[in-house]
Amino acid sequence: MITKIFALIISLLIAASVQASPKIEHWQTSNGARVYFVAAPELAMVDVEVVFDAGSARDGDLSGTALLTNAMLNEGAAGLNTNQIAAEFENVGAQFSNSSERDMAELSMRSLTADFALKPALATFRKVLTQPNFPATSFERLQKQMLIGLQAEKQSPVAIASRAFYTNLYDKHPYAAMPSGDESSVKKLNIAALKAFYQQYYVAKNAIVVLVGALTTEQAKVLAEDLIADLPEGKVAKPLADVASLTSAQKITIDYPSSQTHIVMGQPGVSRHDPDYFALYVGNHILGGSGLVSQLSNEIREKRGLSYSVYSYFRPMRELGPYQFGLQTRNDQAKEALDVMQKTLTDFIHNGPTEEELIAAKQNITGGFALRVDSNSKIAGYTAMIGFYGLPLDYLDTFNSNVNAITIKQIQDAFTRRVHPDKIVTILVGGQAE
Amino acid sequence: MQMLKKIKLCCWLLVTIPVITMANVTEYQLDNGLKLIVKEDHRAPVVVTQVWYKVGSSYEQNGTTGISHQLEHMMFKGTENLGPNEFSQIIAANGGNENAFTGRDYTAYFQTLEKDRLEVSFRLEAERMRKLVIDNAELLKEREVVAEERRMRTDDDPQALVSEAFNAAAFVNSPYHHPVIGWMTDINNYEADDLRKWYQKWYAPNNATVVIVGDVEPVAVLALAKQYFGPLKPETTALLKPQLEIEQHGKRTVEVKAPAELPYMMMGWKVPVVATIDQASSWEPYALEMLAGILDGGDSARFSRNLVRGEEVAASVGAGYGLFSRLADVFTVAGTPVKGKSVADLQQAVMKQITQLQTELVSDQELNRIKAQVVANAVYERDTVFYQAMQIGMLETIGLDWRLSDAYVENVQAVTAEQVQAVAKKYFINQGLTVAELIPMPLDGKKPAMSAGARHDY
Repeated sequence: MITKIFALIISLLIAASVQASPKIEHWQTSNGARVYFVAAPELAMVDVEVVFDAGSARDGDLSGTALLTNAMLNEGAAGLNTNQIAAEFENVGAQFSNSSERDMAELSMRSLTADFALKPALATFRKVLTQPNFPATSFERLQKQMLIGLQAEKQSPVAIASRAFYTNLYDKHPYAAMPSGDESSVKKLNIAALKAFYQQYYVAKNAIVVLVGALTTEQAKVLAEDLIADLPEGKVAKPLADVASLTSAQKITIDYPSSQTHIVMGQPGVSRHDPDYFALYVGNHILGGSGLVSQLSNEIREKRGLSYSVYSYFRPMRELGPYQFGLQTRNDQAKEALDVMQKTLTDFIHNGPTEEELIAAKQNITGGFALRVDSNSKIAGYTAMIGFYGLPLDYLDTFNSNVNAITIKQIQDAFTRRVHPDKIVTILVGGQAE
Repeated sequence: MQMLKKIKLCCWLLVTIPVITMANVTEYQLDNGLKLIVKEDHRAPVVVTQVWYKVGSSYEQNGTTGISHQLEHMMFKGTENLGPNEFSQIIAANGGNENAFTGRDYTAYFQTLEKDRLEVSFRLEAERMRKLVIDNAELLKEREVVAEERRMRTDDDPQALVSEAFNAAAFVNSPYHHPVIGWMTDINNYEADDLRKWYQKWYAPNNATVVIVGDVEPVAVLALAKQYFGPLKPETTALLKPQLEIEQHGKRTVEVKAPAELPYMMMGWKVPVVATIDQASSWEPYALEMLAGILDGGDSARFSRNLVRGEEVAASVGAGYGLFSRLADVFTVAGTPVKGKSVADLQQAVMKQITQLQTELVSDQELNRIKAQVVANAVYERDTVFYQAMQIGMLETIGLDWRLSDAYVENVQAVTAEQVQAVAKKYFINQGLTVAELIPMPLDGKKPAMSAGARHDY
């Protein structure tokens, strides 16, 4: 009972506390790249991220192109070879990394802001970004490594399930293919295709630059201008096709010699500009997005001990990203676990959350706001998302009020319109029950 | 330094004046033995609480391996004043993140909250420090959850199986022999009383360190700690047997056959750590740390440069050494050969790198590169309050001094090329080597006759 009184006091505190969001400054470089800067003077370091609309959604017929193009950039540039590029960064303690997913392809670097470190690190970053030369030896090595990566996927039931999930969820949409490609497409990749991809998509107008760290606005302006100056202006990538709705339920079972069955279930979910986003986000938080206290965790783990982890989440993307459910359980319990997961979803659509659940969810989401932006790396992540998807610059300032405005009726309405258990894809990867 | 600290402790205990105040870190000890370490970080209005207990899988005996981890799960399942899962619900309603982790040498619980909610975590953590209720029915369910966790993390992952077999071979009598999660047969046979006894034995203020990092004032944190943890009674703590690993008399090899696509191998050499090294050789763990950096500290390090590129023998290869553990450990190298090369080829290539470290001094340029990374990382690490708390809590809990995390940079910077060569010669010998290899078995080996590949059910 002490607990209840305590919770009450705390909820009063929540209402009283004032949220401070990071202040995002925004401008464009002279060749058209959009820059987003957050001053974080406390630590003498800076995070620099350059994000292009050049993920695997742009692969076309040759999936794996975007990933390998991105991976090739630091293999050779402006006369430096792979070893030299790596050493140039690491000699001054800078951390360089690159990555490519479905929407975004990214180059990023963390460096100390002291001149001895930042100047050479940025010079190398600029070379990698603007003057890559796609050496043949690196191409062959990375192509082989991609093939090994594909082999490694085959010994992971989670990876097998994920691939089958995307294939069946997106059918002919570019999101259907995995960023890592497939064996036949990876074998067909070639340097000419990568160079063409680079020339088309790694251009200023298709880029955003995110800077978070101990810089003044003036310093940030000079840095961004200098970093991007040698990129051609180019064009923004074309809009992607709409994601088609699923027309029927589909259940796919893949035999695999594991002691557990991995279940992945879902349908196309939301885009980053979705009018239903907050209703679906808050609703799903209650259903399966809040870890140990979600309805799914309560039904699957707390009540029945069926799975170590069970979740559901919306992954908002440029176009409709997946709404994905998952768990893993001993093979002989797979049917029971799937039944419970499906029933929990259908009950939620049918009944909606309770008032109590909605209050708890809002307290959790809004009361933890400060935690979302408590480090430079988290701030950089949110800033990149806001910049890349063109969300309003006050997205974080209005986040809590958007969450607080959601009603039970809105959640139920959004779930009824948008989530269709009778047209859902279900993938089971595992062994036979013994 | 160690002695001085103890003297201060004796004199000041009654008024709980800080034992140590250094570089925005303040250390206290309550009368019941609870240690409180507060690190101020005012960058964001958040606070992380971590409660560290000196117990983990290396405290366990055969037959009940993994019991520390099972107990960690039970810590969420109710106390005298909290129902099952209520702990998590209260933290969630306060906008917090929470979880727990168990290692070989520690069990730790954490919450991250807005700074004015620190009291919530203190009240709840104090409650479950001494008032846990282990219900039989809850245990039976949670045992299944842990069994699922083991299947997911280990049984269905060929590389994890190799790692488990490797440790079981490299360590004969050291408790690092068994996995943190425990053997499946032990998991299946925990009884409520086993858990209750384990809890009674180790969960007490005098066996705990509370680490707070965030936008807080140490004096206010101390007042809260006294209010909630102060009344808890200490326990007579059990004395651990040393269980020092017996001497190894020759190379050990292990094979693991499991359904897999790719081969994989691990090599490991017995090495000292900071906690086990004598004063005269206290530089050795830092030299080993440097050696790990020379091999695998980034994309310009020797493994990437020579084995992934260069010879192109490894698809991936990494070196692993942790200088902070309670008992002596192994320095590991693990990797997968590229297609067309064998595990033997990869091992040979690794040995060539080791031999080179034994016979040729590393260049100043390489040493300086690793040192530059260590200096920069010390700044980067301050970007998260969680990691800062981790470092303090882990050092304290394995019986070292948290200030070693500050001294770490200095200690690595002091390492010379001659010292790297000396540890390479001293420890990378066949006498202390264990090698484990994954032999991939067909993935369709257990496939029932009735079906091949995917089938569609609508």
